[in-house]
Amino acid sequence: MENLSPAFITTFEASERALTTEHLDVLYGGTIQKLFDTSLQFKKNSITALIGASGSGKSTFLRSLNRMNDTVATVNGKIMFHGLNVNQANINVYELRKSIGMVFQKPNPFPKSIYDNITYALRADGEKNQQKLATIVEESLRAAALWDEVKDKLNQSALALSGGQQQRLCIARALALRPEIILLDEPASALDPVSTSKLEDTLKQLREKYTMVMVTHNMQQAARISDYTAFFHLGHAIEYDTTTNIFTNPQGAITEAYIQGSFG
Amino acid sequence: MSKKDTENLKDVVNQAIDSQQVVHVKLKDIGQKDVDIDKLTRPSKETHQEYWGRGLSYLAIGLIILLVGSIIGFVGIHGLATFFRDHVNLWQFLSSTDWDPTSGPNHVGALVMIVTSFLVTLLSALVATPFAVAVALFMTEYASKKAASFLQSIIELLVGIPSVVYGFLGLTLVVPVIRAIFGGTGFGILAGMLVLFVMVLPTITSLTVDALNAVPKHFRQASAALGATHWQTIARVVLKVATPRILTAVIFGMARAFGEALAVQMVIGNAVLMPYNLVTPSSTLTSQLTTQIGNTVMGTLANNALWSLALLLLVMSLFFNILVRMIGKKGAK
Amino acid sequence: MTEHQKDRFATGVIYFLVGIVVILLAGILGNILINGLPHLSWHFLTSESSDFQAGGGVRDQLFNSVYLLVLTTIISLPIALGAAIYLSEYARDNWITHLIRSTIEILSSLPSIVVGLFGYLLFVVQFGFGFSILSGALALTFFNLPILTSNIEESLKGVSATQREAGLALGLSNWKTIRGIVVPAALPGIITGVVLSGGRIFGEAATLIYTAGQSGSLVDYHNWNPLSPTSFLNVMRPAETLAVHIWKVNTEGIISDATAVSAATGALLVLVVIIFNLSARYFGNKLYQKLTAAK
Ligand SMILES: Nc1ncnc2c1ncn2[C@@H]1O[C@H](COP(=O)(O)OP(=O)(O)O)[C@@H](O)[C@H]1O
Ligand SMILES: [Mg+2]
Repeated sequence: MENLSPAFITTFEASERALTTEHLDVLYGGTIQKLFDTSLQFKKNSITALIGASGSGKSTFLRSLNRMNDTVATVNGKIMFHGLNVNQANINVYELRKSIGMVFQKPNPFPKSIYDNITYALRADGEKNQQKLATIVEESLRAAALWDEVKDKLNQSALALSGGQQQRLCIARALALRPEIILLDEPASALDPVSTSKLEDTLKQLREKYTMVMVTHNMQQAARISDYTAFFHLGHAIEYDTTTNIFTNPQGAITEAYIQGSFG
Repeated sequence: MSKKDTENLKDVVNQAIDSQQVVHVKLKDIGQKDVDIDKLTRPSKETHQEYWGRGLSYLAIGLIILLVGSIIGFVGIHGLATFFRDHVNLWQFLSSTDWDPTSGPNHVGALVMIVTSFLVTLLSALVATPFAVAVALFMTEYASKKAASFLQSIIELLVGIPSVVYGFLGLTLVVPVIRAIFGGTGFGILAGMLVLFVMVLPTITSLTVDALNAVPKHFRQASAALGATHWQTIARVVLKVATPRILTAVIFGMARAFGEALAVQMVIGNAVLMPYNLVTPSSTLTSQLTTQIGNTVMGTLANNALWSLALLLLVMSLFFNILVRMIGKKGAK
Repeated sequence: MTEHQKDRFATGVIYFLVGIVVILLAGILGNILINGLPHLSWHFLTSESSDFQAGGGVRDQLFNSVYLLVLTTIISLPIALGAAIYLSEYARDNWITHLIRSTIEILSSLPSIVVGLFGYLLFVVQFGFGFSILSGALALTFFNLPILTSNIEESLKGVSATQREAGLALGLSNWKTIRGIVVPAALPGIITGVVLSGGRIFGEAATLIYTAGQSGSLVDYHNWNPLSPTSFLNVMRPAETLAVHIWKVNTEGIISDATAVSAATGALLVLVVIIFNLSARYFGNKLYQKLTAAK
């Protein structure tokens, strides 16, 4: 078996970290381990790309961060958020997920109006002030660069939007809760090039205010918009560095092979 | 794709992107909220919501379990009282044709009802199965989509027709014809069986259709590609693969027939007489229950004996259930 | 016989059997409707039934059937919904769940006469409800629960997992996600299930003859006080339904026009089943289009 020990793992000052994992293991069905001893730090106001072959554990890792894996997998290890290990039984996962939002591979708007899509979680949370809700809708849609396209049809079904618009709506929906971190699992993989480019633009803008961790299978995309890149292989985080370094000067042989293979 | 095409495509995409350039908005208020770390370790509204919601769903499922438990319990206790309290011999209950529970524990023999129930069930399923399979084959292998879906809705409708309506039809159409042909009253196993045949036919058909549809298309294509005739494909591939599920369909039909009460009771004649032929009045477990339970007093032997019949029905329904499972397991292998 | 001859022969046999079945089905439906519809007049629907002479109607039976249907649905829907939510959303794949599923299957395969007799034992005798609408509705609930539960479970399972993820990722509780997102998305299927099970309830008789009873009482349709014994809304009064009526006039056979009354009532029941079947599809589709409307 090849040596899967990390080739290089970047670290940050404590004050710069938005989220940190320490020795994270994930097991499905209690026995089948699919993620091994992963310790990564995510820097505030940056975009980190997670790359690696399909099945290498990127989604498994990402979904553990906001405890979406709770019902399907056993997650061992620490996930540090504001000095608190949020991978513990006594953590309120609902509150955690409001702080760590998530956007999925396939756009999944609710079969409700655009307006309701964005306000649903807020109203469930007890927010009744219509004025405030309207403001949040506008701000979220603007932040997701969707406002101009939908401002006249907020009451129409979200399902009528194009795939790219739906995905940005999903981002706006996540932003409405004003999270600190946004996790994105191949958010552009179901989109056409034009929509992808818009989405990337949006993400680049959001970096001003948010920390983002994004799984992508598209190397160009990782190169275009991310600041840091982590390379996953067979459930191990092999290498984690600035995106420039990973793409121009990878340390590990496997990383190099993967990146060359993907570009070649 | 040639190089030129690729270049063109790039241009098109770039133009498209340019024309839809996102207007950069300045993010004002919207940004992260300060995280309240305390909140992360305290129960919230959602925690309570989840607690109560989950509780409600557990309550509902618990209620259903309690319900089934109490049905089995109640019918079991009353049905067994015949044997434990009134000391009727179980073997005698199953093998004697002397049914006169008001005359004492030596006259509690249910063989007539047992035989009749099994006869109408088996006969109706036996007759209905070839028809059901033929119709199902027609719908899945021969008919156009339109014709199949038309037949499908008719069959759904027939499943939905109340059993008393079938009983009434049996009473006004089947019984007189039998009477005209065979003499006698016209009531009896033949009439019961014909009514049940019509009732289980749609049940078996629609389940058989499901069974046939579950056979993967490529099996048929592979067989046809080997030069098999349509019938060879059906007989050697489709029916063979679907057999366990078709059997299941037949058992469901039988379960329905065995448990059917009113339709049978209306045409069977309700006399506790051993059926020496198919056209003399007889009695099934269900018909005896239907007609007699109102005439007996709770707690008496006569009443308990009827509950024993109900228990027998319940046991048979469990048996059909187990049979279906066993076939399912075998089929899965 | 060559293979081709066999093929031709088999095809012939299949078409022959299908032909017989089609004639049979057409005969049955035709017979019910042709014999029943002529007697199915406004007078028949709105006049009282008669115990001895010809010329009675089915007003009370019709109302009782509808009332029982409504009550049964009101009682069984929340339970079925809760149980279906448990099965599709909360249950883990383990032996307890298997046991629960078997339990529900057993309930669904119990002969309805057994359910009726159990209802008689428990509600009519033990609880002292007597032959009453309440006893009938509770017994029908038993009869209805398993089917309705599995119908609803199917509909819930049809909702894409990505919708649940979307809700959870927004910090909603499971329950809120289910109630606010999954159930509404499954509503078309749920409604279809409720309407179809309504058809079954409407035509059910074996469960009712020893629970709701085989006779009616004097009913006053202007008395809106459900506690008054003569009120049409009173749930403690015995109530014969349409299906029970058919059974009774044919087994006791006192009225001289039993056949005409049964034919008309039968046609009425079949019409109702047809309406239920069609509207189940129609409303299900309509609602589905509305929910997923690309507008
Ligand atoms: N719910 C699950 N149950 C069991 N195994 C799973 C589950 N989800 C993912 N896996 C397995 O875990 C491994 C990693 O999957 P995933 O994290 O989805 O990879 P990636 O996102 O990198 O493509 C794969 O082998 C996959 O089959
Ligand atoms: Mg993935």
